[in-house]
Amino acid sequence: MNTLFGKIKEEAKQISPKSVEEYPEAPISLGTTLINFTGDWRTFMPVIDESKCVKCYICWKFCPEPAIYIKPDGMVAVDYDYCKGCGICANECPTKAIAMVREEK
Amino acid sequence: MEYKPIRKVVSGNYAAAYAALHARVQVVAAYPITPQTSIIEKIAEFIANGLADIQYIPVESEHSAMAACIGASATGARVFTATSAQGLALMHEMLHWASGARLPIVMVNVNRAMAPPWSVWDDQTDSLAQRDTGWMQFYAENNQEVYDGVLMAYKIAENVNLPAMIIESAFILSHTYDVVEMIPQELVDEFLPPRKPLYSLANFDEPFAVGGLATPNDYYEFRYKIAKAMEEAKKVIKEVGKEFGERFGRDYSEMIEKAYIDDADFVFMGMGSLMGTVKEAVDLLRKEGYKVGYAKVRWFRPFPKEELMEIAESVKGIAVLDRNFSFGQEGILFNEAKGSLYNTSARPIMKDYIVGLGGRDFTVKDVKAIAEDMKKIIESGKLDREIEWYHLKR
Repeated sequence: MNTLFGKIKEEAKQISPKSVEEYPEAPISLGTTLINFTGDWRTFMPVIDESKCVKCYICWKFCPEPAIYIKPDGMVAVDYDYCKGCGICANECPTKAIAMVREEK
Repeated sequence: MEYKPIRKVVSGNYAAAYAALHARVQVVAAYPITPQTSIIEKIAEFIANGLADIQYIPVESEHSAMAACIGASATGARVFTATSAQGLALMHEMLHWASGARLPIVMVNVNRAMAPPWSVWDDQTDSLAQRDTGWMQFYAENNQEVYDGVLMAYKIAENVNLPAMIIESAFILSHTYDVVEMIPQELVDEFLPPRKPLYSLANFDEPFAVGGLATPNDYYEFRYKIAKAMEEAKKVIKEVGKEFGERFGRDYSEMIEKAYIDDADFVFMGMGSLMGTVKEAVDLLRKEGYKVGYAKVRWFRPFPKEELMEIAESVKGIAVLDRNFSFGQEGILFNEAKGSLYNTSARPIMKDYIVGLGGRDFTVKDVKAIAEDMKKIIESGKLDREIEWYHLKR
């Protein structure tokens, strides 16, 4: 993930409201999904088995969110701040390198 | 400036239009529907005659009327609209939008029965069906209260950032002429300064998104904020009502207007124009020796629970007059009132009288007959039945 994006996200997590008093009076948002995360309604989370990955990037192409990104070393990874757990990546992966695992919260 | 009221003979609808004019509304979006039509016709006339600088948006339905009001209000403008019955029902989805986005829109709803069968006469079921939309609701008894209600509603709504509905009876008020004491413009301006919006889409220096997605992680907190604002509104309503009384002589500091409570055996409770009839009847009944009083619910949302609890402590019975009905249960005011008293030690006998649906006449004679019935119940201490369809042809 690019480092600037990562930094913005980290800052956003720090300023996001922790108690009801910190929420704005009206439901307005000062940012885009860059600071407002959409990945918290998942039931199953994709987990990538790097040993089976052949770097075909089909998962990266098919992810509708997109919540899959390519790391500097060429390996794919899931950005769980946006992944909604649809399972398309696991379904499309030709080497079955992605498993959908029930997420415990 | 000393307050000298301007007396005009106007219909309830014209009183609403004049109030909107005096509140210096900036945008009106409305669709004509009987019996609301003359409100927006009068506003159109004000604009045509150069009396008001109002942006009037003609729309193709009530749903669009409320949508246009929401957009205009989000820019920070003071916004007005009016509707009735089926039109209000068509707005339903947008009503949630207005309160959810915390926009202090003020609307006059002319109470009218829901179809079918088609009816254009008075009935409260249309507005009470919008009970859970997050709108404040004020029920006006007469034309004066329509005028005063609109002016107060802007002040209250803009303070707590919630929309408000002023409700008047179809034809009984909307098309009936009465003397209304209007307030000179300069004094209205003092009472009701320009709106200071919570946020404004017209502020290009601080852009933001409105109405976006809230995941289960955030939605809950925004609902709580509305609940808290409604609770806060009770305080604001009383303060604004008191200030209105001090400035203009008509006090609205009580959310329930009441009389003869202290020594009353039972009281009549109800909302809107029918309470005018009840007040008249109660005065007459008092002269005949009946120990009766009345409690007129002015604000239905937020519901004046605490005030009702106080009343309940000093009376043996409450006759609730409902010009509405929730099918499968009971009259809506009855339901709310009874529920509010569940956790108190004061449990007066309560009976629900369904009256005047679809504009059926409700007269002093009817109030007397109900008083007779209530007297029997109080004396015997036994409630014959909870709900009485009073006018039913038997």
